[in-house]
Amino acid sequence: MSRDIFLVDGARTPFLKARGKPGPFTPVDLAVQCGRPLLARLPLTAEMIDLVILGCVNVIADEMNPARVAALRLGLGEDQVAFTVQINCGSGMQSIDTACRYIREGRHELVLAGGTEALSHAPVVLREEAVEWYAEMARAENQVERAKHVRDLRPDFFQPVIGLERGLTDPITELNMGQTAEVLAHRFGIDRKTADAYAMDSHHRLARAQDEGWLKGEIEPMFSRDGEAYDRDDGVRPDNDMDSLAKLKPAFEKPYGKVTPGNSSQVTDGASWVVVASGEAVERHGLTPIARIVDSEWAALDPSVMGLAPVLAAAPIARRQGLGVEDIDLWEINEAFAAQVLACRAAWQDAEFCRAVLGLDDAFGEIDRGRLNVDGGAIALGHPVGTSGNRIVLHLVNALRRLGKRRGIATECIGGGQGGAMLLEVV
Amino acid sequence: MTGPVLEHLGEVRLELGAARDAPREGHWRQGKAGDGIVWMALDRPDSGTNTISKAVLLELSEQLDQLEQNPPEALVLRSAKPKGFAAGADIDEFTGMDPEEIEEMLREGHRILDRLGDLPCPTIAVVHGEALGGGFELALACDWRIAVEGAAFGFPEVQLGLHPGLGGTYRLTGLIDQVEAMQLMLTGKKAHTKKAARLGIADVVTEERHVAAAARACADGEVERRGGGLRGGLKSGALKFSRTRKLAARQMRSKTEKEAPQAHYPAPHALIDLWEEHGDDRSAMQEAELQSFARLVATETCQNLVRVFRLRRALKKRAEGEDGIAHVHVVGAGEMGAEIGAWAAMRGKTETLSDLDLDALGKAVKTAEGVCGGAHLGAAETRDALDRMMPDPNGYGVRRADLVIEAVPEKADLKTKIYKGICKDMKPDAILATNTSSLLLARLSEAVEDKARFAGLHFFNPVSKMQLVEVVRTKATSDSTTQRLAAFCGVIDKLPAPVRDYPGFLVNRMLTPYLLEAMVLLDEGVQKEVVDRAALRFGMPMGPVTLADWVGLDICLDVADGLKDELEKPVPEVPDWMRDMVEEGHTGKKAGRGFYDWSDGRPDPGEGDAGSEDLTDRLILPMLDACMECLRLNVAEDEDEVDGAMIFATGFAPFRGGPMHYARARGHDEVRDRLQELSESYGPRFVPDEGWSRDG
Repeated sequence: MSRDIFLVDGARTPFLKARGKPGPFTPVDLAVQCGRPLLARLPLTAEMIDLVILGCVNVIADEMNPARVAALRLGLGEDQVAFTVQINCGSGMQSIDTACRYIREGRHELVLAGGTEALSHAPVVLREEAVEWYAEMARAENQVERAKHVRDLRPDFFQPVIGLERGLTDPITELNMGQTAEVLAHRFGIDRKTADAYAMDSHHRLARAQDEGWLKGEIEPMFSRDGEAYDRDDGVRPDNDMDSLAKLKPAFEKPYGKVTPGNSSQVTDGASWVVVASGEAVERHGLTPIARIVDSEWAALDPSVMGLAPVLAAAPIARRQGLGVEDIDLWEINEAFAAQVLACRAAWQDAEFCRAVLGLDDAFGEIDRGRLNVDGGAIALGHPVGTSGNRIVLHLVNALRRLGKRRGIATECIGGGQGGAMLLEVV
Repeated sequence: MTGPVLEHLGEVRLELGAARDAPREGHWRQGKAGDGIVWMALDRPDSGTNTISKAVLLELSEQLDQLEQNPPEALVLRSAKPKGFAAGADIDEFTGMDPEEIEEMLREGHRILDRLGDLPCPTIAVVHGEALGGGFELALACDWRIAVEGAAFGFPEVQLGLHPGLGGTYRLTGLIDQVEAMQLMLTGKKAHTKKAARLGIADVVTEERHVAAAARACADGEVERRGGGLRGGLKSGALKFSRTRKLAARQMRSKTEKEAPQAHYPAPHALIDLWEEHGDDRSAMQEAELQSFARLVATETCQNLVRVFRLRRALKKRAEGEDGIAHVHVVGAGEMGAEIGAWAAMRGKTETLSDLDLDALGKAVKTAEGVCGGAHLGAAETRDALDRMMPDPNGYGVRRADLVIEAVPEKADLKTKIYKGICKDMKPDAILATNTSSLLLARLSEAVEDKARFAGLHFFNPVSKMQLVEVVRTKATSDSTTQRLAAFCGVIDKLPAPVRDYPGFLVNRMLTPYLLEAMVLLDEGVQKEVVDRAALRFGMPMGPVTLADWVGLDICLDVADGLKDELEKPVPEVPDWMRDMVEEGHTGKKAGRGFYDWSDGRPDPGEGDAGSEDLTDRLILPMLDACMECLRLNVAEDEDEVDGAMIFATGFAPFRGGPMHYARARGHDEVRDRLQELSESYGPRFVPDEGWSRDG
């Protein structure tokens, strides 16, 4: 890589668990809520930012190209080019990676790259037959035709299909995401108890990080029109224990499955932004970078085992950079499912797997739990799909700095059978 | 947005049809196009705003001579001013005329508009921006009205102690639902585009780019007229009968009496009489309108309300110029801070609002949404305003702000601590302003690094309703600072009153004796309702006991204590029971309970005994005395400023033209003598200021 690329700063909203009705913020609202304080705290003016890239999966009808809507609402000016990227669960990291590529190419210097998602606003979709019925009704030319048409109305037309459910189902294999985690649990021998223990840990780690104030600066509070202030991730259950987790029923493959609501990521709203800059921009504007973005990689595999993609995405980076498992100080692996993260760990430790799939001579090695998701993950704070990739990069850097460490990898699995990984170094 | 593309494309030019390139003759430009349509554009020389003056009408009359002889296919009337159609009659023309002259002038005007209405060809008024008063009447004389999106129609005459006088009373009641028409004229409220279309005032609503096509369509008779009026629905039909009208008029009268008592505000009542008697007879109503208008012009109320209009214009003039303020940072998200922040953001400023209390910041966002709603902002405008206002618990805004407004509780040590914390982070040319209402700036400024850029910016509660802002300067405040702050007031649509640092500044110095005398009266055993009624009888918008509750008893106490310590003159003693009320949390409106119970909204002191004239004088004269003191000590510049400040900050009986105007009307000698008498009966707090004798 010819040009040094830096992460200058970043902030995210608190993550708000979806509670059965649309939350107080749309995707762009969320992006504005954390973008405003981030831009206010940096010594930057709107003119200095030359590109805005935002990851978002569930775009709502009122906010087509949410990146541009957010850029204008953030006051970045009518001449601010902004586009939205989407690779499903990796979109928030794709925005950073795209920024890096544009900067490396020399066309841009200072990019606002983020991710946003309001899963509580995921659309309610009408059945196809119902849509057809409405369309014919609209075409009816007179009262008589309309009256005739009303007879074709069926009660199930009013049964909505929840768009989110469909979005979390892979159309090729017709497996929903939870089922892909069941496949991995089966293939890598992850039992229910191990998965639950991992999940409990995630909650405890996040609760500790909140109590210790380690998320200060990473989270900027947000405020809704109805007068509420939000400053904490609200999905965390600090008193989570093995007994209560054990009581939960499998969510996706009843009655024998191992993947439960307790050991899966939560359905959540949230946004995150980082500022990505060239070395020249850092110097010119007197910025203080917090990390260097060293390398990135995307990988793809069969959708039914999508959860294993972090293993495939991180391996080429390690090979290119000549890094062994001990050289990576911290890992952020997005916790789509406890079984899925644990399956990745198992695969890295599996010499056969590493030889056959990754082309290594031996097992990559064991990732120490003390280096992995040190402040919890999506199981405790939720997984706003377009945002998570951005959040894990930002939090990785913040955790490295807090712990006085140097190098880390952030990586996520992506619904549809892909994965992304990014290597960062504290400066 | 003002990027290079739109800048290059320039302003959207008004469609003036054949009048576009026609030379201006007097106030009009006129041209006839190949399609047979005559376009007449009103284009008053040397001004950006059209008014309907005598000359405008006489020149229209000359044009009508030709149009009557040689009628075109259609006539289109519109304004050539980008700002709007016309602002109404030229008030200055009426000053000094006697009623007969006015009546004669109006009669001439009526004849001209009637001729316009009687032209055999279709007549079409195109209205963009505002068509007010005489401008509205001109548009009403046409057959069709095309409203360009954003247009508004209204009769603000009632605010000047008048009602429409150029045919508006019978033309509007003849065009649309009579009760709706009366509402518009009685309240002086504007009907914006959508409402104007709904009521039938506007026949077409369109964008500027389609004006020519819309005019053509009207000329070709392709557009249906929307006005209902006498031809309209059942209700309007019934109002043709005098008995039904009598019933409706009675309701209007009782409602109007509550808000504008006849004794103080005769105009709306005259309008109701007019309609009740002649609502079914156009020519009788026309004649009665003329006479009634001429009578009203001569009333003291009208003259005083015209004075209020001019006072506002004068204060606005002080707000001209550039403020150089793009970003405002407000410290303290209490009631005042939140409203100031919301208001500034709504008026286009980038705004950060800091407070340590996240819940207070949350509430401020809700407040801001309410302020936007109150100003009838649309969904997108409200969103933009809320986006511009960022709750800022970490105080990031201090480094970016061009103006920092401190609005924390009235504790000097808290304020100075904040100044010490933020001064070092502020931009080198940024202004620090305090919203204090009771602390002397001279003392606060000791904690400020650059005293030249420190001043007071005293908003009144509620910020969204009260138009005045006191711009307070200390000896060290630079002229550029006060000028920028006054300009800032102009940009955010407030009226600045420049004042000198003085206990209570101008407005609270005047108001405090009024409030405290009310407390003394309560102490003497007078009923609170009687005290309030005495003030209402004088014409105050709110009695002093209600006002104390409204402002907040805790704040009253702060101001009173501050004044007591700082002033040479004695102020009434604050009764102990008032302190107890504050201690117990009965601080007034915000607590739901003070002197009155506020749980069901604003209390009503009701009708009945309003005390003796002595009682009224005890409340009102100390205010006049404080005004004189402020003038003598140059706290304010002149009587007009004092009067304007009191009217726009406290609602001081507008029909009396302001406290100093009232003092002149009553006679300075009498005011002084009365104060002297009161001081002999009630104590030295009434001893007249030495300014009275000097000024005579």
